[in-house]
Amino acid sequence: MEGLSRRYGPVVALDGLDLTVHAGELVALLGPSGCGKTTTLRLLAGLEDADAGQITVGGNDVTRLPASKRDMGMVFQAYSLFPHMTVRQNVAFGLRLRRVSSAQRDRKAMEMLDLVSLATQADRYPHQISGGQQQRVALARALAIEPRVLLLDEPLSALDAKVRAQLRDEVRRIQLEVGITTLFVTHDQEEALAIADRVGVMREGHLEQLAPPTEVYSRPATSFVAEFVGLTNRLAGTVSGSTVTVRGRDLPLVDLSTPPGPVTALVRPEAVTLASDTSGESGPLTGTVIASTFLGATSRVTVDLGDTTIMAQLSTADAAELPAGSRVSLTIRPDPVLVSDDSVPAAGAEA
Amino acid sequence: MAAVTSVGETPLAAPARRPRGMQAGRRRRLNAFRYVVFTVFGLFFLLPLLALLRFSLEGNTLGTWSASAWKQIVSYQGPPPLLSAVEITLELGVLTSVVTLALLVPTMIWIRLRVQWISRAFEFLCTLPLTIPAIVLVVGLAPVYNRIRHYELSALMLFWAYVILALPYAYRALSAGLNSMDVKTLAEAARSLGARWFTVMFRVIAPNMWQAILNALLLSAALALGEFTIAYTLLYTNLQVELFSISRNTPNASVIFSTSLAALIFAFILLLIVSYAGRRRRRGMR
Amino acid sequence: MAATTTTKTGARPARAGRRLRLPAWLGTTPFLAYVGIFLLLPTGIIVVNAFRNPSGGLNLSSLKLLFSSTTRSYFIGSFQLCLISSAAGAVLGAILAYAIASGDPDGTVRRLYIAVSGVLAQFGGVTLAFAFLVTIGPVGLLFHASWYYSFPWGIAVIYAYFQVPLMVLVFLPAIDGLKVHWREASESLGASAWQYWRYVGGPLLAPAFLGAALLLFANALSAFATIVAWENQIAYGVPQQIYVAINSEVGLSNVNEADVLALGMIIMVAIVMTGYVLLQRRAARWLR
Repeated sequence: MEGLSRRYGPVVALDGLDLTVHAGELVALLGPSGCGKTTTLRLLAGLEDADAGQITVGGNDVTRLPASKRDMGMVFQAYSLFPHMTVRQNVAFGLRLRRVSSAQRDRKAMEMLDLVSLATQADRYPHQISGGQQQRVALARALAIEPRVLLLDEPLSALDAKVRAQLRDEVRRIQLEVGITTLFVTHDQEEALAIADRVGVMREGHLEQLAPPTEVYSRPATSFVAEFVGLTNRLAGTVSGSTVTVRGRDLPLVDLSTPPGPVTALVRPEAVTLASDTSGESGPLTGTVIASTFLGATSRVTVDLGDTTIMAQLSTADAAELPAGSRVSLTIRPDPVLVSDDSVPAAGAEA
Repeated sequence: MAAVTSVGETPLAAPARRPRGMQAGRRRRLNAFRYVVFTVFGLFFLLPLLALLRFSLEGNTLGTWSASAWKQIVSYQGPPPLLSAVEITLELGVLTSVVTLALLVPTMIWIRLRVQWISRAFEFLCTLPLTIPAIVLVVGLAPVYNRIRHYELSALMLFWAYVILALPYAYRALSAGLNSMDVKTLAEAARSLGARWFTVMFRVIAPNMWQAILNALLLSAALALGEFTIAYTLLYTNLQVELFSISRNTPNASVIFSTSLAALIFAFILLLIVSYAGRRRRRGMR
Repeated sequence: MAATTTTKTGARPARAGRRLRLPAWLGTTPFLAYVGIFLLLPTGIIVVNAFRNPSGGLNLSSLKLLFSSTTRSYFIGSFQLCLISSAAGAVLGAILAYAIASGDPDGTVRRLYIAVSGVLAQFGGVTLAFAFLVTIGPVGLLFHASWYYSFPWGIAVIYAYFQVPLMVLVFLPAIDGLKVHWREASESLGASAWQYWRYVGGPLLAPAFLGAALLLFANALSAFATIVAWENQIAYGVPQQIYVAINSEVGLSNVNEADVLALGMIIMVAIVMTGYVLLQRRAARWLR
């Protein structure tokens, strides 16, 4: 997609978006509500027209093609199965439209249902199966026509947590097995990070960053990405040269061209380590534990530094040794940090 | 004070619901279709009314214009005077709609929440009046009304029958309103917060279907305004009956037309006003 | 505080501290009482009177009237008219309903057409007959068509005037219930508009459509009474017999005849209504 723009009256949904998805890869579009990710998907599907820009699939320009001719499979967020048809008939629908013989249709439908492990429900009606199963049928239906591209519009949002996690992995497994180019829209970053080959973080009609999950997480391109994906500590700091000084420590900068001066540095909780402090001194890197949140294997510990609070992520065993009220000293691992730009309110700088 | 954003959180300044668009080609075709349909049907509905208008303004010889037919409506002295018939009919309209709503809204919400198994029979009962001819119903109502007449009550007593006639329309409107929300969940949420059933029905559910309630009100009022058969047969005088006797009792032929048109316009304007009273909705997008 | 009682109606607040366990259906009592007195009782009176002598004994001979040849021809006549007008009204009304539904749900057009439908669905009868008289009658504005006197086609056109609005009122919710996702899903699977309606939209709407058409049919039968009773130029139908039976000298003395005919109509209507409700069950499940 190149230069895609779309507006609805005064609202600009997309503003000159450029996005390339490689064959066989799964790109997840991630972002808050209204960022334009669903609009992107719908434009790609042909359900809406772009005001400007071009869409090419496999070298062919499809910008002017209606949805029914684009050869894409789509799975919707709300249950879009046809209620008056059985599961099998739903899956076979696309084939029926293409005048495939009834025997072949049946075979392909069962093949698809096997792929999503629902062969036993073939003759049930949508209202007789669970939400997760319905979405799997929707997936089977979209894949049955052997489309060039698979589009998923927040397909798991309406499901409960456990089912969501299972289904998410299954979608990825199937996608890899079939090897189909996929665009997956979600607002749940865990989903995006878990299954995508590349993650595109969107905001207000723009792509902020398009990179593999690890890079988006550890090397966020903008402060919005840093704060949207994973947890971030915002700490006051001063830039000079190629480092930013945060609470007495010099940390390398991600963006070496940052102008010198006071900024807000974004530090990941896992970059902060805590140790019990028996020295009794108070310094910029000593504080008192306020609380810790148990997350299973790790725990998040909140420490009061006097003028601000900071979050650290430790293994639960380590965190157990630092109950609320204990004095601790911190170390910040010298990972490259991002500094916040002005568009995101910097509370730390005002402190 | 450091601000920490947590996993997966959307910033609270949530943007407005973005509208769903439609593919341009399809939209064009759809709009063309709509223009054609609305024009054709608009004409179909409008032409006879226009003809009525033309003929109501007809003078004594063909081709002349005269507003006498309309003047005669206003100057008709009775008995009974036109104004009292209008008054009675308006009151009937209000009474019918209010009683219909008072009867149906709580019952329908209650059924939806607690007694679902009755809903089939309920729908049957509510749709039945549509199919029983008014003139047949009158045959059965006559004894009941004879009893009522014994107490010398005014034509307002017609509302008892009108509510029955209004049931099918009001039911349909209210049902659409109930379907548009998840009644059970709302009710459970309210109950868990400590609301009694009364509160649940009137302060939680009903306000969310006020559009439907307005529609039902509209339709019941329309019915009362346009009803003729029952009033006439039971020897009461409402607006339609009055207009009919005006047309019977004046020598000017056009008065028939002006009276008919008057009734229609009157009802239509009233209904439009009520309909627009409900216009203060969010400019939401679908 | 939270009431754990199941009180009869919502209108009466729960008694504090007392646990009443009344069956929930009692909440529908006001409604049932009302309908009982003003709908079911009159119906009952009609049914009972049909089988009673003026002197009070049981009289089944009035049933013979129901099956007489004149009655039969009346019934058949009105049947034909109602069938045609409801079929036409259903199709046309469905088209109009679709046009309304596919537009802005808050828009002026929608409100206008629903208000119009509300008014016109009620104003059948006198006003209607006059209006058509002047549009296409002998001195009509548009043209002088004498075919409108013909039965049943001409009158079917007149019927459309209130059948179509009624169809809009009844069928619109069903069209609103068609989820936009289904259209989009079928489009992304490659269906053209025609294919969508043939395989998805059509079948989904069919029960609601048939139900609405049945309703139109029953309504046509019912509205016939009004038009016919007041406009004698147009042809005959069962309800006129009732009218005659009620108001003529002969009729009044033989009240049974009116009741029997009324009974016949009610039976026809009841059959139609049952069909309607059964169809609605199917429609409701899909389009809810």
